[in-house]
Amino acid sequence: MADVIALTYEISPDDFTRAGEASSDVKSKLKQVGVSPAAIRKVAIAMYEGEINMVIHAEGGKITVEISPTEIKMILADKGPGIPDIDRAMQAGWSTAPDEVRSLGFGAGMGLPNMKKYTDEMNIETTLGVGTTITMIVKL
Amino acid sequence: MTMTVEELIGKELFKVVAEGDDLSRQVTGIFCCDLLSVAMGRAPSDSAWVTVMGNVNTIAVATLADVSCVILAEGAQADEMCLARARQQGVTLLATEEPVFEAALRVHELIHG
Repeated sequence: MADVIALTYEISPDDFTRAGEASSDVKSKLKQVGVSPAAIRKVAIAMYEGEINMVIHAEGGKITVEISPTEIKMILADKGPGIPDIDRAMQAGWSTAPDEVRSLGFGAGMGLPNMKKYTDEMNIETTLGVGTTITMIVKL
Repeated sequence: MTMTVEELIGKELFKVVAEGDDLSRQVTGIFCCDLLSVAMGRAPSDSAWVTVMGNVNTIAVATLADVSCVILAEGAQADEMCLARARQQGVTLLATEEPVFEAALRVHELIHG
């Protein structure tokens, strides 16, 4: 697999029933191309957290996944409110999720910390009122 | 020691809500938590995940964290969408009236004797 495979997904806002579909699809595609289970798990966890964040906090958005022989790059771009304080958002346990989201089992403040923990590189670009783009890389 | 999901079901300790598509997979440990992000990041693959959250996202986390089965404790019910997704994704979903700790202890005793 010398070529880069690119996958794109549109994430709908406020639709918790569909959250996870994109991550599941990526997971099965990575399995098909023979990526190791450990790397698949990292990508699946990081991407699902990102997907959930886009559903909870942003007005949905777009996820692009690039699979190359050496790495898997995930680019999550939303048109949400932006992150006012990235350092705080990165703290485990810090959450701004509303109560109805917490009642579903989310909002533990683990999203961004999990994304960082399970990827080799993570970069956040955010502008208040414009949106956030998170790029994550898992090396193979 | 480990056991398979099929062996766990065979002990008849738990009600079978949905049978997954791979009953031969191993149950190598137990994980207890209701916060999905914590379960997502911490549940070991091939573990039995004990929780009271029976919504559709439970199944997404179970699939992505690659646990071997989900056990709904405290009489927690899987809602309709959760059940449909479990069947679609081939996730084994079990249930019990027992509290989380006791449910986990049953599995622990089976694995470790």
